[in-house]
Amino acid sequence: MSAIGSLETGSRHDLRVGLSPDAPDEGDFQDDDKDDGKGAFGYVHSYESSSRYDGPGLRIVLFMSGCLLRCSYCHNPDTWHLKDGTYVSAQAVIDRLASFATALRSLDGGLTISGGEVMVQLAFTGRILAAAKQMGLHTAIETSGFLGDRADDRYLSSIDLVLLDIKSSDPVTYKKVTGRDLAPTLRFAERLAELRKPVWVRFTLVPGLTDDPANVEGIARFIAPMKNVEWVEVQPFHQLGAFKWKAMNLPYQHADTLAPPPELTKRVIEQFRHAGCHAR
Amino acid sequence: MARTATLARTLKDESCWRDFVPGTWSDTIDVRDFIIRNVTPFEGDETFLTGPSNRTKAVWAKLQPYFREEQKKGVLAVDAKTPSTMLAHKAGYIDQPNEIIVGLQTDEPFKRAIFPYGGLRMVEAGLQAAKFEADPQVHEAFTKYRKTHNDGVFDAYTPEIMKCRKSGIITGLPDAYGRGRIIGDYRRLALYGTDRLIKAKKAERAQIDDMWPTDEVIRQREELAEQIRALNDLAEMGKLYQCDLTRPAANAHEAVQWTYLAYLGAIKEANGAAMSIGRISSFLDIYIERDLYEGTLNEAGAQELWDQLVQKLRIVRFLRTPEYDALFSGDPYWATECVGGMDIDGRPLVTRSSYRMLHTLTNLGPAPEPNITVLWSRHLPDNFKRYCINVSKRTSSLQYENDDLMRPYWGDDYGIACCVSAMKLGKQMQFFGARVNLAKCLLYAINGGRDEMSGEQVAPPAPPITGEVLDYDEVTDKFDHMMEWLARTYVHAMNCIHYMHDKYFYERLEMALHDRDILRTMAFGIAGLSVVADSLAAIKYAEVRVIRDDTGLAIDYRIEGPGANAVPQYGNNDDRVDRIAADLVTRFMQKIRKHPTYRNATHTQSVLTITSNVVYGKHTGNTPDGRRKGEPFGPGANPMHGRDSHGWLASCLSVAKLPYKDALDGISYTVSVAPQKAHLSDKELVDGAVKAFDTYFDQGGFHMNLNVIDKETLEDAMKNPDKYPQLTIRVSGYAVNFVRLTPDQQRDVISRTFHGQI
Repeated sequence: MSAIGSLETGSRHDLRVGLSPDAPDEGDFQDDDKDDGKGAFGYVHSYESSSRYDGPGLRIVLFMSGCLLRCSYCHNPDTWHLKDGTYVSAQAVIDRLASFATALRSLDGGLTISGGEVMVQLAFTGRILAAAKQMGLHTAIETSGFLGDRADDRYLSSIDLVLLDIKSSDPVTYKKVTGRDLAPTLRFAERLAELRKPVWVRFTLVPGLTDDPANVEGIARFIAPMKNVEWVEVQPFHQLGAFKWKAMNLPYQHADTLAPPPELTKRVIEQFRHAGCHAR
Repeated sequence: MARTATLARTLKDESCWRDFVPGTWSDTIDVRDFIIRNVTPFEGDETFLTGPSNRTKAVWAKLQPYFREEQKKGVLAVDAKTPSTMLAHKAGYIDQPNEIIVGLQTDEPFKRAIFPYGGLRMVEAGLQAAKFEADPQVHEAFTKYRKTHNDGVFDAYTPEIMKCRKSGIITGLPDAYGRGRIIGDYRRLALYGTDRLIKAKKAERAQIDDMWPTDEVIRQREELAEQIRALNDLAEMGKLYQCDLTRPAANAHEAVQWTYLAYLGAIKEANGAAMSIGRISSFLDIYIERDLYEGTLNEAGAQELWDQLVQKLRIVRFLRTPEYDALFSGDPYWATECVGGMDIDGRPLVTRSSYRMLHTLTNLGPAPEPNITVLWSRHLPDNFKRYCINVSKRTSSLQYENDDLMRPYWGDDYGIACCVSAMKLGKQMQFFGARVNLAKCLLYAINGGRDEMSGEQVAPPAPPITGEVLDYDEVTDKFDHMMEWLARTYVHAMNCIHYMHDKYFYERLEMALHDRDILRTMAFGIAGLSVVADSLAAIKYAEVRVIRDDTGLAIDYRIEGPGANAVPQYGNNDDRVDRIAADLVTRFMQKIRKHPTYRNATHTQSVLTITSNVVYGKHTGNTPDGRRKGEPFGPGANPMHGRDSHGWLASCLSVAKLPYKDALDGISYTVSVAPQKAHLSDKELVDGAVKAFDTYFDQGGFHMNLNVIDKETLEDAMKNPDKYPQLTIRVSGYAVNFVRLTPDQQRDVISRTFHGQI
């Protein structure tokens, strides 16, 4: 059992490792909320109070620990393992959120839970999302969708917006980039479309890895008919996380990868628009 | 504005006041009444604004070589022989054919004057630092025949106060420089002219001739006599510039010119640290509206008046000492002008001239002066709010203050003195008191009154803390006692300072532009709030181990124990530490209030440092929060650099908890936000910023000093100053030309937290 830590663990940009050595492996962690007691505690990386990039308005963003993907360009590799996160109670998070709630409402903002992978700790994040809704806040999650099968309708009912990260439309590329299968993400996307859940698709543009026009086209064609997809956001690769790979002794493939030049980003956005998406 | 039908109405100054709606202002000195009855609020947007005129461009071109040389050389020229008064210097011009608003501090632009009444030593130190010769006759006059404010203060100071100055716990007080923070109501000259103002002063004087001559009454009589003399001198000064200041201004050009000449008179007679101009935009707009209506002025002409006025306000210069420059870097003078705000009936006071004043930052480029301050209310017109944010994005030259918070205290005709200090124009003045080093006070509590850098006994001996690990209750108890001593000594010093300043360096012109009976406040201040709050939080939530030298003096601290990695830090919207900070403000204010003040001034307090956070940091040893000896404090009410690690909203919610009612002299908060690189549209960004301001102020925030700039730009400017001659950056409480800061100060600014988005 991990020792309870404090949510106030510094900035989201800080490197954080080994804070909960007794934590289970994220691959084995089954935090579905079928049991009543589940989700009272969880592992978090950090939080940020004023993001404009994670949903509409100014938002408070909670970064969860634990992710099953191993994206080669991830800028938060210290969020992969539950062991690296801080063990906190859901109540502590909810109390913290409450102290921002009035200001967030007045800013037309809300809560976004990201990470890591939000659905690794389904019961925990479910409690927080439900509490956020009670506070009158807009809620969003940022997810790869890989664990979408876990999210039941009750979980989704506390979520106003899904920021869905689609890394690639080609299963081979997807496996190369993330180490996992593409199919669950596509399934999740289709389910969200059926439920008419608002979605913003996010695509990370990494030169040399995901920038192939065919790759982009595949994603564009897949989501263009989905009326629930409000935006496609093209996120350019950056090197702000490189120091973490180094500090954690992880082999970093992208040391020499440059941020995409503006023309490339523009071309990709155009491609999405041409296929019928609202892209930016 | 309402136009009455032209009935023959025998107003004394009828032609100058033609078509103005009369009111109490017509019979008594009441500028506010004039404004409320005659102002034309404007709800439109900025598309009506025009660019600079050819004349403005010509004058501006003439000034550029001076600015460039000044960046390299500092002080360009001095008149070392002539103690400055309104009549001491001949008229001076920059480019006479093209200058439509005239008047210089001396006979040449950028030539600085001397003000020996404040202190001869300071004048001579300033001259020496700038490599100019002191004048022997001035020296003789102010040693043999005329005593100075500085001399007087040091006659009154006690050995204890001297020790405090030396140790850096009470330093930077106006005992060696003009106190400033007095805003003459310069608009009165434009509205009334000196004849009428003198008449009013004589009437005020006559009323007290019947009173029994106590000290205060005699002093008032002398002051009124001096004020009347000053007004006569002002009229004489006007003649040097071919202006008949005895009568009211007859049109917009004269109104701007008269208002400026009144301000010029003030800066020829006093060299206060802060010489603020007040709240002139919406007042002058009334004259401009009349001229526009009469067809004697067009928009380009109106903008020209503002551009040329601001050109003058950007070249105000005073000769200072190197010590002063360290405390207040970059030649600031805080010619603070307030735009916006609401009247007490809920009507916005935004006028077209509010826009025109902001527009000078476009026509003339960014600049720290005249320290344009937006009085922000949730109810201001949306167009105006958006325009202000856009100007901030482009120039980082504006600061914002909460009119909704201030109006219940100060009404709808207050100006801001210096950076954050509200005062009712013409009805209130303050005895400026800089700030004391609260962080060092905490260390004194731990060390029984001994200074942690020198080991000297500065405060009266008290039992020091002897334990290995600091105990929260013991520390707070001893700190409370030490704060009592500090507060008492501070009020003591301030009484000495302001008694002598009134006696030897009285600001007769500025006070002539006030009512006789005014509210006087004595403005205290605290520096190092974030250091103390974080130190107390560390002591409370972790274990702070004390490291002592062989004399038993605590010189360093180590934060240990299970709580060490999770100590709450001020700036993260965490009540555990934010409440400590808020309580400190209240507590120190209560202690200050206990002690009688000179002239029964009302005690107030600010949380503001200007650049003294760097100076104070240099004089303060290691603190229990982990801050290292010599490192700067956070500026004003800001969290310590880098400790507000959860984003802008968390940071400002912490600051908003500080109680304005116990810091009525202002709470300063500087925010640096990196320019947006996102896919959000301009409109979305500006809308977001407007909401952010509304929210922050609604939560109780007082002040927002906004920079929109990134760290890389500042680092580049440090290395390549020539690339950035007009780069303006806001520091605690004011703006400064970045390349004119010292390297230490530049590094301090760069080390501050940059928030990613707002």
